[in-house]
Amino acid sequence: MEQRVLRVRAAFQTGRSRPLTFRLQQLRALQRMVQECQKEILAALADDLHKSEFNAYSQEVINVLGELDHVIEKLPEWVAPEPAKKTILTLMDEAYIHSEPLGVVLIIGAWNYPFVLNIQPLVGAIAAGNAVIVKPSELSERTAMLLAKIIPQYLDKELYCVINGGIEETTELLKQRFDHILYTGSTGVGKIVMEAAAKHLTPVTLELGGKSPCYIDKDCNLDVACRRITWGKYMNCGQTCIAPDYILCEPSLQGQIVEKIKETVKEFYGEEIKQSPDYERIINLRHFKRVTNLLEGQKIAFGGETDEATRFIAPTVLTDVNPNSKVMQEEIFGPVLPIMPVKNADEAIQFINQREKPLALYVFSNNNKLIKRMIEETSSGGVTGNDVIMHFTLNSLPFGGVGNSGMGAYHGKHSFDTFSHHRSCLIKSLRMEGANKLRYPPNSQSKVDWANFFLLKRFNRGKIGIFLLAFLGILVAVTMKLQSF
Amino acid sequence: MNPFADTVQSLREAFHSGKTRPAEFRAAQLEGLNRFLKENRDSLLAALAQDLRKPPFESEISEISICQSEINLALNSLHSWMKDEHVSKNLATQLDSAFIRKEPYGVVLIIAPWNYPLNLMLVPLVGAIAAGNCVVLKPSEMSSSVEKVIGEVLPRYLDKNCFAVVLGGPQETSALLENRFDYIFFTGNTTVGRIVMAAASQHLTPITLELGGKNPCYVDDNCDLQNVANRVAWFRFFNAGQTCVAPDYVLCSPEMREKLLPALQHAVTQFYGKDPQSSPDLARIISPKHFLRVRGLLGSGRVAFGGQSDEQERYIAPTVLVDVKETDPVMQEEIFGPILPILTVSGVEEAIAFIRKREKPLALYAFSNDSKVVHQMLDQTSSGGFCGNDGFMHLTLTTLPFGGVGNSGMGTYHGKFSFDTFSHQRGCLLRSAGLEKFNSLRYPPYAQRNLGLLLSLVEVGRKSQCARPFWMAPRWVRFETTPSWEAFD
Repeated sequence: MEQRVLRVRAAFQTGRSRPLTFRLQQLRALQRMVQECQKEILAALADDLHKSEFNAYSQEVINVLGELDHVIEKLPEWVAPEPAKKTILTLMDEAYIHSEPLGVVLIIGAWNYPFVLNIQPLVGAIAAGNAVIVKPSELSERTAMLLAKIIPQYLDKELYCVINGGIEETTELLKQRFDHILYTGSTGVGKIVMEAAAKHLTPVTLELGGKSPCYIDKDCNLDVACRRITWGKYMNCGQTCIAPDYILCEPSLQGQIVEKIKETVKEFYGEEIKQSPDYERIINLRHFKRVTNLLEGQKIAFGGETDEATRFIAPTVLTDVNPNSKVMQEEIFGPVLPIMPVKNADEAIQFINQREKPLALYVFSNNNKLIKRMIEETSSGGVTGNDVIMHFTLNSLPFGGVGNSGMGAYHGKHSFDTFSHHRSCLIKSLRMEGANKLRYPPNSQSKVDWANFFLLKRFNRGKIGIFLLAFLGILVAVTMKLQSF
Repeated sequence: MNPFADTVQSLREAFHSGKTRPAEFRAAQLEGLNRFLKENRDSLLAALAQDLRKPPFESEISEISICQSEINLALNSLHSWMKDEHVSKNLATQLDSAFIRKEPYGVVLIIAPWNYPLNLMLVPLVGAIAAGNCVVLKPSEMSSSVEKVIGEVLPRYLDKNCFAVVLGGPQETSALLENRFDYIFFTGNTTVGRIVMAAASQHLTPITLELGGKNPCYVDDNCDLQNVANRVAWFRFFNAGQTCVAPDYVLCSPEMREKLLPALQHAVTQFYGKDPQSSPDLARIISPKHFLRVRGLLGSGRVAFGGQSDEQERYIAPTVLVDVKETDPVMQEEIFGPILPILTVSGVEEAIAFIRKREKPLALYAFSNDSKVVHQMLDQTSSGGFCGNDGFMHLTLTTLPFGGVGNSGMGTYHGKFSFDTFSHQRGCLLRSAGLEKFNSLRYPPYAQRNLGLLLSLVEVGRKSQCARPFWMAPRWVRFETTPSWEAFD
């Protein structure tokens, strides 16, 4: 393992991944890969998650293509040095922020969206000029094997590679030194990744999870709310880090919500949900059993059917859920939607704040003030109001968690920034030493006074102040120069 | 035993009460800091003199003034920094509100070192306050006089429920780190940096680490000799060399070295007189332990000038070492003292190769009249920050992010970067309940929908300048006809 990582590092040291033209070329190659291997990609996703072609395309591939388009278009702008505003003392200098690659980036992907969660970070890491090692999740086996096959066919083999394996291989990998690690997965493993990174002082981006609450206000378009929630909850059989995990609403709404969700489920997946090509399955037996156990002792309003042989769990809604029950203790990551009645928005906010900060917060209401209040008085990675999931698809928004749901963010330019080092640069001239005489010892009270005068910013209200100071500055420099003769 | 659990808990409760969120509260705390600096200036100068024999001039420009500047900047900019940042939208979200909300993390821990005990405590604090957090401050016990002022006087100027100062040594710091914080800001050495990050990982606490390293200083043959010597000397011997961004060692050609030595000597004499020990403008080493450590490094290579020391005063003369080998002790650790080794290289390429073999430093300096050389150095190396033709001036610009990379640290601050560091950037998308027809394209069942239709819609999106229609441009956009709801049935 060490050798493989060192080879990638050696490739980075050659400087090959840095020029803009190279990065664009690799990104375009990645684009071609996604387009030309589309059939295989969709088939692998279908195999791993029982995902229909349309779903695989609209949930994964389309996001990757959109990201590639955006990054290819904007990259020349992003790599350009960013000038910084200067002070009087540095007026004649060049001051800017220079974005540089970090070196070797490790991307550890998750199994629930195995294509986009490996490739979208890869796009950002390449765009920032790094060498990259991708470690897809072994649970989504077909996709992992496919990535290992097609990535070397389209991208520079030495700079970008896929390493497959299970827990043992990942542990070995984490012992190596990287310049940034982006991990998508569970909170528990997130801690392990950060601990391993600490040994090498490697910065990390952790995209973890949590229980994303969904508050439904009395004053809202319940039909629309329930359709959107149904879509977001049962997508990928509930195995989405930003799925609405549970609903908070007033008790009087429960019945209606159950009915509308039930109707919508029928509309989306038909009478025989098992026959619907658009409904996925649980990834493996362990998770199947885990999710099924959460149903124990719960009031099932509808759904609840399971079939171990096919790892099928029907879209399920639970009502009057007790906050202390198992289903409210862990991220569900399955097609089970508990409804927890609360008296009002206050109680909902209190409930949310007593728990770990989630990756996403959802609020449905016609009352903008309420939405704003829910955002103000809680914290979460991101928010979508009056819909679910969608903030993920806008790559001008940073996508990431806070607290137990993660740290750091990516998507669009945020990826580029995450995988870059922003190096401050100040270029002065060796001339004009006169101005510097102010700072050299031997010191005197007058020098201290001048220092204060120059460095205190509060004067700079009003343009006249600046010009006056500039004039005085030049005067002082000239005076000092004359005095030195 | 967790002696600080109560402190952290009460700060967390204060944070949850929402007290620190309004701009007025934050501004009031910043004004408090302002008054703290103004009203205690003399005792702070005295404390800095006591701890490091820091000359008042150095204290003014590198501690008090910098803090003052940051406070002023924060007060001036607070409202604009706090504003929601609206972002560009795609076709599907055109009618929505999309913005980044800046939120405080909660309870922040700031651990400061002893070399600039005021600056490195207060400047991060300004950012943490501006961002709306509650803060636990842990000043360094080694700069004990300043620690006393921060422990006893500073709390009088800040809200007692939202800010706490914790005093103590390594044991207390370890105990403190067992608690859960929402952000940890640490300035110090690389070894302790690792410990802090490991502790933070137990609670998934995000961190900024401002560490150190050996900052190389390349001096080209083509340069204005005395100006370079002045600048290198001043930045090296400032605070008796105890600066994380000080030029740690010089790389130059043998010819340059011969010219540089007398020029450096001249600068030192100009600055500190013939007997630097009696100059009031030279600081002292912080502690007996560090004094012995730095004095031990004098054995590397050969002393070109300087080399005197006085254990009682913890004085070490401004010293230049030559004939230093890479394997010598002085090249194995960050010097953090008034010693400047000069290593010879054949030219800029060899200098770059030398630098690249080593850990990424916090700062990198290149002196040359030839801007090509300066840019070559910049392009082919990595470091936290870079300054061409001067010392650590780049950190006086609050518009430049200050921080390390690799072993020299992670994260940045100063100015708005401080505010951003201590804020969670929360992506928010507020949609309307209407226009559900547009959404229906995303709902199952998909049997009757054509994957081809979807693909062709996406193609239109790629060609257009303004948007990537993730949830599909409606048909009327493609055919430029009036919208017809039948298209979506």
